[in-house]
Amino acid sequence: MLSLDIERALGDFRLAVAFEAGDGVTALFGRSGAGKTSVVNAIAGILRPDRGRIDLNGETMFDAARGIDVPTPKRRVGYVFQEGRLFPHLSVRQNLNYAGLFSRGMPAREFDRVVELLGLRDLLDRRPGNLSGGEKQRVAIGRALLSSPRLLLLDEPLASLDAHRKNEVLQYVELIRDEVKVPIVYVSHAVEEVVRIADTVVLMSAGGVLAVGPAEDVMGRSDLRPGEGTFEGGAVIDAKVVEQDIEHDLAVLAFDGGTLTATNVDALIGEPVRVRIRARDVSIALERPQRISIQNVLEGKVAALGAERSGIVDVTIAVGPTVLRSRITARAAKQLDLVPGLEVYALVKAVSLDRRVGAG
Amino acid sequence: MSLTTEELEVLLLSLRVAFWSVLVSLPCAVAVAYVLARASFPGKTLFDAAVHLPLVLPPVVVGFFLLLLFGRRGPLGSILEQWFGIVVAFRWTGAALAAGIMGFPLMVRAIRLSFETIDRKLEAAASTLGAGWAGVFVTVTLPLALPGIITGVLLSFARSLGEFGATITFVSNIPGETRTLPLAIYTYTQTPAGDAAAMRLSVLAVLLSLAALYVSEVMVRRAARRVHGEDAVA
Repeated sequence: MLSLDIERALGDFRLAVAFEAGDGVTALFGRSGAGKTSVVNAIAGILRPDRGRIDLNGETMFDAARGIDVPTPKRRVGYVFQEGRLFPHLSVRQNLNYAGLFSRGMPAREFDRVVELLGLRDLLDRRPGNLSGGEKQRVAIGRALLSSPRLLLLDEPLASLDAHRKNEVLQYVELIRDEVKVPIVYVSHAVEEVVRIADTVVLMSAGGVLAVGPAEDVMGRSDLRPGEGTFEGGAVIDAKVVEQDIEHDLAVLAFDGGTLTATNVDALIGEPVRVRIRARDVSIALERPQRISIQNVLEGKVAALGAERSGIVDVTIAVGPTVLRSRITARAAKQLDLVPGLEVYALVKAVSLDRRVGAG
Repeated sequence: MSLTTEELEVLLLSLRVAFWSVLVSLPCAVAVAYVLARASFPGKTLFDAAVHLPLVLPPVVVGFFLLLLFGRRGPLGSILEQWFGIVVAFRWTGAALAAGIMGFPLMVRAIRLSFETIDRKLEAAASTLGAGWAGVFVTVTLPLALPGIITGVLLSFARSLGEFGATITFVSNIPGETRTLPLAIYTYTQTPAGDAAAMRLSVLAVLLSLAALYVSEVMVRRAARRVHGEDAVA
């Protein structure tokens, strides 16, 4: 059980995050730059918060008020980094046994089990320099598992892999989740990964937490409970003005994954803006529609389907790393045969400017 | 070409002086290089300059300072003699001291450079696996710095073999005690009809340097392969 409530200023960026994570996989989900890695670094003791506390299994790891800061080696938190970070001068076997040098090792039985689970038997005598990206991440996961961790942190472990390897490593992560009794905090900006492996989702944006809850609630429904501000009823997207067409009163906004056209954007070119797209303003098409009044047609993939409620279904669509939500009838979802992974076009009827970032 | 007894004596003395100068200065150089690469403290620039001083000072000046400090009546020399019974003035140990100090900046520079190129993220990874500061240093930092350490050792070893000015000023030119290879060559060139002997010793010096270069090149290459994590080539 991880419980955390921390603040930390990083230049202009302010991180203020509080959540609890139980057993199973907790995903820290959000765009890059939302502060996800800073959170896991704070949990591992690599980043020191200015304020707050971090408890792990009832033990205080960090408490600014009481001056407690358990050093990284003593926290027993396994960390799988984005780039693996295997020790290049050691063999795979030595990498896996590294924690054993510092009395954090596991009995030989556990070593064999992890090696079997992750399929590392044939790699043991190799050196990291000659491994593929996927193999490196498997070894990194094994190395972290074999350090007797109370919690496993995975920071975008698939980020540097191609689609095929991503799937392969994700399968191993699922295996670990199901076979090894260790809670996992999984950092990702990819909807598909989060939907597939997370039990709990912590949705992060701009250094704060937007929503916490069971994965299907946070990822699959657009009408999150009231009081969750801008997230309610749709998607919130951080974008930047790239073009202003004064004659037609139109602005082009670039976001992580594409561009949007919007009217009445009172912002200069280059200025960051935050827009909201309500779920009921998004329709879905399987082919790119021709001769249509709608200005915003975005190519994406179905990430998740929500539960049907009174004939209505909320569909989560991933446009690049950005997530849109669409509210359609259950019959339409059935007729279009929507399943996660299906390539679709999101037709956006209206884009509303939520607020200007920075200027307030 | 077989060596005469005298030539052999010069060669062995030179090797002994260079060996001990490298051996004793290596741990100090690793410590100083680590501090320069990682720490920041007031006066660091001054400290850095002080370490590099032997590189830019005339060697004779270094030798003269050593004479003042480590002579039998010098402040450090008398302490060494009273407390440890070590006399360095006009002994081979003094030649090793002079050689070690002259080679020190070269050794520090090479080792510092390799410390600075180490990916510190690997050290952070080691700490999440339970390694404290010393553990990280011994199991990650030091092994990854190995190519630089080997280079530093070679540079300082070569510098020691060639040391002349500081040595002759500090411990003079005593046959069998402080007359190393360069001093012996110099002595022959000052002797009538000594050219042939000077030439023999010069050839010896060339061969010695080539051998040292070769050995270090092989070792650096092997270490670099390890550090880059490639499988060993059978």
